Amino acid sequence: MNFVKTAYRFLGRLEGFAIAMVLLVLYIVLIMAAPAVFTKPMIYMSFLETVPPTLIAALGLTLVITAGEIDLSFPAVVSLSGFALSWGWRTFDPAYGAVIGVVLALAAGALVGYLNGLMVARIGVPSIMATLAANFFWYGISILLAGGLQQTLKGSDENLVHQLLVGRLFLGIPLQALWSLALAVFLWFILNRHKFGESVMFIGDNANVARVMGVNVEATRIRLFTFNGMIAAFSGIIVTLDIGVFYPDQGNFLLPAMASVFVGGTSIAGGAGSIFGTLFGSYVIGSLAAGVVATTISGYWVQVVEGGVMAAVVILNAATGKGDFRSLFRRFRHKGVQEFRSAGVQEDKHSA
Amino acid sequence: MSNPLQDPPDQYALRMVNIEKYFGQVRALTDINLDVARNEIVGLIGDNGAGKSTIVKILTGVFPPSSGELYIAGRKVDFRRYNVQSAHVHGIETVYQDRSLGEKQVLWRNFFIGRQIVNRFGFIDVKKEKAVASEIMLNTIGFRGKGITVESTVSQLSGGERQGIAIGRAMHFEADLIILDEPTVALSLKEVAKVINFVHKIKEAGKASIYISHSLPDVYEVCDRFVVLDRGEIGASISKKDISLKELDEFLLEYAHGRKDKQQP
Repeated sequence: MNFVKTAYRFLGRLEGFAIAMVLLVLYIVLIMAAPAVFTKPMIYMSFLETVPPTLIAALGLTLVITAGEIDLSFPAVVSLSGFALSWGWRTFDPAYGAVIGVVLALAAGALVGYLNGLMVARIGVPSIMATLAANFFWYGISILLAGGLQQTLKGSDENLVHQLLVGRLFLGIPLQALWSLALAVFLWFILNRHKFGESVMFIGDNANVARVMGVNVEATRIRLFTFNGMIAAFSGIIVTLDIGVFYPDQGNFLLPAMASVFVGGTSIAGGAGSIFGTLFGSYVIGSLAAGVVATTISGYWVQVVEGGVMAAVVILNAATGKGDFRSLFRRFRHKGVQEFRSAGVQEDKHSA
Repeated sequence: MSNPLQDPPDQYALRMVNIEKYFGQVRALTDINLDVARNEIVGLIGDNGAGKSTIVKILTGVFPPSSGELYIAGRKVDFRRYNVQSAHVHGIETVYQDRSLGEKQVLWRNFFIGRQIVNRFGFIDVKKEKAVASEIMLNTIGFRGKGITVESTVSQLSGGERQGIAIGRAMHFEADLIILDEPTVALSLKEVAKVINFVHKIKEAGKASIYISHSLPDVYEVCDRFVVLDRGEIGASISKKDISLKELDEFLLEYAHGRKDKQQP
C-alpha cells in the first residue's frame, strides 16, 4: 500500500505524466474505434510529420506563458521565416542557398521577437496587444514580399538541409519529430536547470520579487521574446521544407499551439511551465482531427470532439492541480455543499 | 551618538551622512545622519509620513537622495550605479512584508534567485544549491516547520516561515546590513513571534540590521537602539539600556504631543 502511494506520488510529480496518460487513453480509444487505421504504423508516422511544427511553436510559447506573457505573433513569424528560407533557396544555388535561407529565417524570427520584446519590456505595452499587432504587421509584410503567392522550393528532396531537417530515418521516421523532441529536452533544461529559465519562472510568478532579487527583468523579457521568435522561425523552416512549398498562410496554427500548451498543464497565470506537458499535449491536439475522421464519424464532428477533449483536459488540470485526483472530487463536493447552503439561506429568508 | 567623522569608517555597517531628499519643492528628509554599528539592531520609529519609507527606499536603491553620502561597511555608495537590482551586491539585503519570495517556486530556488550557483554555461548546480539551502534552513535559521523541505514551495509556508526564509537568505549571503521593512505586518501573533525569533538570530550571527515596524513591543524586544523619526528629521536616538518599553511608549506619546503643541500658534 505504501509502495503504491509512493509510486503514485512519484508518477504524479513526473512532468507531463497526466497528459501522457490522456494521450495513451486517446490512442487506445482510437485503436478500438478505428482498428483498420490505428493498428498500422502509417497513421503514427503521419502524426510525427504533421505535429512537429505546432509542437515547436507551442514549446516556445510555453516559455513565454511561464513568464506571464503571451506571444500571438508566431504565425506571422512562421510565414515570414518561410519566405526568408524560400528567398535564399531561389536566389542562390539551393546547395548553399538553403543554408543562407535557414540563417535568414532564424534572423527574421529573432528580429520580430526582439521588436516584440522592446515593445513589451521597454515601452510597457501588454504583450497580448503588442504581439497581436506584430502578427498582423509581419504577416502583411510576408504577403507583400511574396506578392501573395506561394513559392515552390525546387529540388528539395535531394537537398542536404532538407534531408537533415525533414528527411526520413530508419523505418521512415520523420526527422522533424526527433528535432522537435530534442528541442523539448533542450528547453526543459533551459527552463528547469538554467539561470535564464529560473529568471523566467520568477518573473512569471512575481516580477517585483524577481527585480528586487537582482534579476534583470527587462533584459530577460527581451531575450525571451527574441528566443521565442527564433523558435517560431524554426517551426516555419520545418513547415516550408517539409511541404517543399512556401505559402504565406502556412503559420495558421495559433490556436492549436495555444491549446497544446494549456492542455499540457501550463497555467496562464505564469510562474511554472510544463515542457513535456506541451510535448504530449500537442500530440493529443494533433491526433484528434485525423482520429475522429478515421472512426468514420461524420467530419462535422471533428471540432466538437476536439473542443470537448480540450475542455475535459483543462478542467482536469485546473481541478487536480498537482496530479492529485482526489482534490477534484473534494472540489465538486465542496461546491455542492456551498450551493446547498446558499439555497437553504434563501429559503430561510423566504420563510421569514 | 558618536561622531562618525572621527571614527574609523569600517566600524559601521551603515553610515548615512547629511542625507536630504526633495520631491520637487517638498523636503521629505532633512539632514539625516544615521549610523548602524556592526552587530547593532536599530529600530526606526515614526508616524506615517515621518520619512521611514523614504529612508528605506534610498537604502534599497529605489531612488537616490538629493544630497548626502551613504557608506556601507565603509564603502562609499555611488548612487549612479546603485539600484534595487544591485543593492545586495553592495551588501544590503531587504526583507519586505511581501515581495521577498516567489510564491510558486520551490525554496531552494528562492534562496539562490539572482545569484545562482552556475557552471560557465549558466546551468544551475541543483545538488549544491539544495545542499546549501537545507544547511541554511537547519543551521542558520533553525527552521522547524513540519514537513517543510527545500523542495516545498513558498505557498506551503506560513507568513512567519516565509520571513524566516528571507532572513536566512540575507544572512547566508553575508549582508553587511539587513533591512527588515515591516516584516510582521499582516501576521498572526504566533507568526510574529517566529519572525522575532529569526531577528534574534541576526543579532546572534553578529550582523547589523535596521528594523522598521509599527509595533512598539516588537521593536523594543529586538532592537539595541531606537531612532525616532519626525517629519523627515531624526528626533531622538535612545539606547535600549537607557529606557524601558513603558518609558519609550510614554516618550513617544509626549514627543508627538510636544510637536503638535509647538505647531499650534
